[in-house]
Amino acid sequence: MNDHKQSGDVCPSKRGKLNLDSVRAEIDKANGPEYWRSLEELAGNPEFQEALHREFPKGASEWVESVSRRGFLKVMGASMALAGMTGCVKLPLEPIIPYVRQPEDVIPGRPMFYASALTLGGYASPVIVESHLGRPTKIEGNPQHPASLGGTDIFAQASLLTMYDPDRSQSVTEMGDLRSWQSFVSAMRGPLNVQKALQGAGIRILTPTISSPALADQMRAFLKAYPQAKWHVWEPVNRDNVLEGAKLAFGQPVETRYDFSMADVIVSLDADFLYAGFPGNIRYIRDFAARRNPDGNMNRLYVIESGMSSTGAKADHRWGKRASEIQALARQLAENQFLNPPVGAKGIIGDIPGIAGPIVLDLNSHRGSSVVVAGDHQSPVVHALVHKINAALGNVGKTVFYTDPVDANPVNQTESIKELTADINSGKVDLLIILGGNPAYDAPADLDFANVLKSDKVPLRVHVGLYNNETAELCQWHVNQAHELETWGDARAYDGTVSIIQPLIAPLYNGKSALEFVSLLAAQENASGHDLVRDYWQKQHSGADFEQFWRNSLHDGWIEGTAFAPKSLQAKSENFSPAPTADPSAIEINIRRDPTIYDGQFSNNGWLQELPKPMNKLTWDNAIQLGPKMAERLQIASKDVLELEFNGKTVKGAAWIQAGLPDNSITVTLGYGRTRAGRVGTGYGFNAYQLRTSAALWGATGVQIRKTGDTYNLASVQGMQSMDTPDGGHRPLVRETTLTEYRKDPNFAFDEEASPTPGLSLYKPYDYKDEAYAWGMAIDLNKCVGCNNCMLACQSENNIAVVGKEQTEIGRHMHWIRVDAYYQGDRDNPKAFFQPVPCMQCEDAPCELVCPVGATNHSSEGLNDMVYNRCVGTRYCSNNCPYKVRRFNFFLFQDWTTPQYKMMRNPDVSVRSRGVMEKCTYCIQRITEHRIDAETASVRKEIKIKDGELQTACQQSCPANAIVFGNINDPESQVSKLKAKSLNYSLLGDLGTRPRTTYLAEVRNPNPELES
Amino acid sequence: MSDEYKMTATTTAPVIEPGHTFASVTDKISSIVLTRPASNGWFLGFGIAFLATMMLLYAIGYLFIRGVGIWGITIPIGWGFAIVNFVWWIGIGHAGTLISAILLLLRQSWRNSINRFAEAMTLFAVSCAGLFPLLHVGRPWLAYWLFPYPSTMGVWPQFRSPLMWDVFAVSTYATISLLFWFMGLIPDFGTLRDRATNPWIRLVYGMLAMGWRGSARHWHRYETAYLLLAGLATPLVLSVHTVVSFDFAVGIVPGWHTTIFPPYFVAGAIYSGFAMVLMLAIPIRKIYGLEDFITSRHLQNSAKVMLATGLIVAYGYGIEAFMGWYSGESYDAFLLWNRLHGPYAPWYWSLLACNIFIPQLLWIRKLRTSPLALFLISFVILIGMWLERFIIVVVSLSRDFLNSSWGQYYPTRWDWMTYFGTIGMFLAAMFLFCRLLPMISIFEMRTLLPQAEGKAAEAAE
Repeated sequence: MNDHKQSGDVCPSKRGKLNLDSVRAEIDKANGPEYWRSLEELAGNPEFQEALHREFPKGASEWVESVSRRGFLKVMGASMALAGMTGCVKLPLEPIIPYVRQPEDVIPGRPMFYASALTLGGYASPVIVESHLGRPTKIEGNPQHPASLGGTDIFAQASLLTMYDPDRSQSVTEMGDLRSWQSFVSAMRGPLNVQKALQGAGIRILTPTISSPALADQMRAFLKAYPQAKWHVWEPVNRDNVLEGAKLAFGQPVETRYDFSMADVIVSLDADFLYAGFPGNIRYIRDFAARRNPDGNMNRLYVIESGMSSTGAKADHRWGKRASEIQALARQLAENQFLNPPVGAKGIIGDIPGIAGPIVLDLNSHRGSSVVVAGDHQSPVVHALVHKINAALGNVGKTVFYTDPVDANPVNQTESIKELTADINSGKVDLLIILGGNPAYDAPADLDFANVLKSDKVPLRVHVGLYNNETAELCQWHVNQAHELETWGDARAYDGTVSIIQPLIAPLYNGKSALEFVSLLAAQENASGHDLVRDYWQKQHSGADFEQFWRNSLHDGWIEGTAFAPKSLQAKSENFSPAPTADPSAIEINIRRDPTIYDGQFSNNGWLQELPKPMNKLTWDNAIQLGPKMAERLQIASKDVLELEFNGKTVKGAAWIQAGLPDNSITVTLGYGRTRAGRVGTGYGFNAYQLRTSAALWGATGVQIRKTGDTYNLASVQGMQSMDTPDGGHRPLVRETTLTEYRKDPNFAFDEEASPTPGLSLYKPYDYKDEAYAWGMAIDLNKCVGCNNCMLACQSENNIAVVGKEQTEIGRHMHWIRVDAYYQGDRDNPKAFFQPVPCMQCEDAPCELVCPVGATNHSSEGLNDMVYNRCVGTRYCSNNCPYKVRRFNFFLFQDWTTPQYKMMRNPDVSVRSRGVMEKCTYCIQRITEHRIDAETASVRKEIKIKDGELQTACQQSCPANAIVFGNINDPESQVSKLKAKSLNYSLLGDLGTRPRTTYLAEVRNPNPELES
Repeated sequence: MSDEYKMTATTTAPVIEPGHTFASVTDKISSIVLTRPASNGWFLGFGIAFLATMMLLYAIGYLFIRGVGIWGITIPIGWGFAIVNFVWWIGIGHAGTLISAILLLLRQSWRNSINRFAEAMTLFAVSCAGLFPLLHVGRPWLAYWLFPYPSTMGVWPQFRSPLMWDVFAVSTYATISLLFWFMGLIPDFGTLRDRATNPWIRLVYGMLAMGWRGSARHWHRYETAYLLLAGLATPLVLSVHTVVSFDFAVGIVPGWHTTIFPPYFVAGAIYSGFAMVLMLAIPIRKIYGLEDFITSRHLQNSAKVMLATGLIVAYGYGIEAFMGWYSGESYDAFLLWNRLHGPYAPWYWSLLACNIFIPQLLWIRKLRTSPLALFLISFVILIGMWLERFIIVVVSLSRDFLNSSWGQYYPTRWDWMTYFGTIGMFLAAMFLFCRLLPMISIFEMRTLLPQAEGKAAEAAE
């Protein structure tokens, strides 16, 4: 009884156990109530009686007693805590499995990083993928890998979105009906067995370019099992000309690799080697940019090109020439190379007066330290001539290297698909397997591949692909392929180095990789991609500790010692019979890969669709580009709809007048006019493949142009591509000079007005000197090659929405960093400049002053912070921002419902809603993360974030190292050193905004002989 | 009435036609409300205005559902029709306050005939204007954050922002205008109460009259309060549009960042306000036969005010252009070039025509006395003043500092629907006002009669 009394007020679970004996005794002796609620009641327990007659539990009466503040707080605190706990104990309906033991490395909230690779046209782009609790969220370059050194290209960045694309094919289908993988396997068994007897004579496999050793091995195993089967290759953006050129020059297919870090003089003959899609471009940009230091050993770039490329924009000398004229120039260079001393006088050489001479002189004075590059779309003869020139200059082995081809099956792809079509038409093919790619859309128009598929000449057609695209529609079976981020595999980078492709996530839609698919065909059994890759490399590995080797390779992202060794080859000294020259009066058409959606495989990728093309800043469409002279002659304005007729096919597209294009030449890009791309990509632009024949993949003459009188809206994101204002003024937005001038006046970029008199402001300036950090950024315009990579890196890192063509057209795109492109001078041969513009993080920010609710504020580290939750959306800040870097959510631009996109987003960055302003934050989530790391690592010790360990997303992925971010309070930081240079200037500094982002003025290194 | 007034009254048109008595004035004005049946024309006009108001509600509903993206605004032109209309409506309101407050203090008793509906116009115009700041924000459900209320988070508005000042300026203005208008109505409510035969109508007017008995003490207090309110409202005439002009002048955008804006905005406001007064007065006096009370003299005086303020506005344009050249600031020079030759040049030239060239016709006496000519010129001025705000807001933003970020503004149908919707709302309110309230101040009119000489305070019955 005493026990009970003492424990009367404690909670029941803590109360002492009921003393059953005493209860029994009580029950026996007492005539308790007939119905009882508990043993206590039955036993007439006094506490129970009390509780029964008190309305409230005991402690409750304390309320009416003189209130003890402490008691009040205790109860309040407890109820708050309990209220919170109700939230915690809500369990999901589905069974969940807790960590019994937490996986060793996983810290929830902290990302993991895995090395992998992504391929484009067979070439691997080595990457590090950031993964948040098993969801890949960001792609970075692999800093250890020689082909990346930390940079990426736009296609690698954007492949994340492709992986999560809800429009990707999600199931095996037969004639459009959903099927299981098993039913496909059993459906294939019969036909394969039939073919087995025929040694596979009726089997054709069509793949894109494959560099994967493991997949090539599987293909060969398959061909061994079916010796009569054939492996065809078709990649619309192929390198046939390069291959044929190498065969001409060396009698064998070789890969050419360049070392631009050693090149003092570079001559590009229509080669866009500083842009994504050119094999090795990431490394080339790094090497090239490293030599654009006006205080160091600056290189010189000559570009003679048929289009207007970002490589041309970086050139010290650029000429726009019709593609067919370039051969003559290559020949002249080649011939003059052997003259000693070469013909140097101006005006002597050929039909391009004054050009070849000085170039030859320049090349000759840089023997062994120069490079001549030919574009992939130039004829084999040009490539052969270029091999000869490089050999004559002694560049081979110094700046130019020849290696085995990266392509595992280096055949002439045009011939290959022609042969396939011929075989189909003659009824030789019983089973056609299209392993990736989209030939019904992108095969040469004269083959009419779509109709060949449709004609049922091949009884059984199987398509394996990421999308249920134009080709899938024409095949009975479609197998949904897994994305490279979901599968095991391997691939070679431009130098031959093999990267193992690691899956970051299980296939979202249970797709199969090409490797798994081929192994199924070859062995008729399911094998996991992991085992296939691992087994292949186990066979290749000669050393003992394979496990260590394997782990190292996965960890580093590449396999040691797989880079191809340079070959020593002698170019033939013949003169290579000239390719037929074109009629100079006929209009030439150039067909090129698209700068953002490539050959059409990225059509459904909103990031790439909305990424402005580097030179014309168009989004969502391709255009018929023509030079100003030609447009004037034909009375064509931008956005006029033109009809092109070529080889009996007609195509309608919108015109775009592009400065720098030669006369009598038009350029169109591939990849648009898709009919089955998905919700994002279907219907935009026109299909240039219809003009593309197997005889003239990259262009020909004889195209007819007609004006239709209609206009078509093109969405260009840049208002004006000139620094000159229409009233004849000039704004020094990009400051530039020549190397000679710079040496005479190193302070040319300095602007007196840009340093406002101190004390003019009403508000006392904040003293950042006492802070640990003051963040700042310097962007080196010498290095920026306009590759747009920063834009996509930012989009991915900061969960930036895609808004669609209609919104982009009226200027509502959301990019936090943009790359402005300006032209200057003669429109037919302009100088061009790139200027990446993120938020300037002004110290005297005009936006902060005008926000009525204080949603944009300055931090003690000098950041101009945006508080989304506080923003009511007056847009006053954007109006008052002279740099127009603020972006507004005019609608609910973000997709808040699609589950795939939810998985894709960076959990460290809030997803903005409708009616809110947003802008570049200098990746504040990264700053915070590093600050936490630095502070937790050094409890009570003054350890700061080290210079260089904290990188913004744009900086991290910049292949050119043009963006440097850091602490400007630390005079030793890289950014402080750059800002101390005489080239440093503030954009619109005369407004007194005191931007934290500054630019290093551009210095060009023109040939003094050509200058005069 | 001062001697000076009498002298001028003999030389120009009278402010009230001769032959009226206290009773005839009261009869004339109160009968419009109490006995005159609503005509078909009234129903038609009100119906159209009401439909336009419904269109406004529809546009606002869609706006709240979808977001401000339904308008033509974009980056770089973050403000479009909403702000243009806001400034335009606020400006129109100014004439009412000027007439009722400043002219009262200056003892310009001719104002008595037009101050009532000018004040009503102010109130309705300010209501229209007040809609836009709410509608134009991205998250209108949070617009109350602009008010300095004691938030539990301790967050206050940002007091350095001119938009914040706007909130105070416009809300003060709306409050004072409402009070002023209502106070002025009280004696007339008393008259209507006394004359109404229908007991319900009498009850309503009786309640609105707030116990007005017309005693000497009432009149004394009324006059004092009215004068005080006039004194309060007077600085508002200058301050409200000055603050509105700060929205632009404080910004750094070329075309905004200029110190001439406050006086130039105030003058522009009065300019457009008088144009609106005339646009309303001319048809009203015709339809309701009030030519005796709103005489040619009122029209002429208004025309002269417009001429004067129009010239101040023209001076503003001139100075802007001059400073563009004289400052040597390339952005300002380009701004001028862009206005004259850029993509919006037709709009700018129309603005010059509407605001400067055409109003010069008002120098001609014959046109000043022609109601039709005045009506047309006023219409032109209203368009011109709308264009002026369009040029300031949109054209300045469309091409500012970075060539790469230049843009174009294309208003959508939602922009137009919202704009015309507010005009509908304004007119609907005016139609109701004409029928339900004495649109000319009865007791103040009576003070204009010769019989009232020297004993204005006794005018009420």
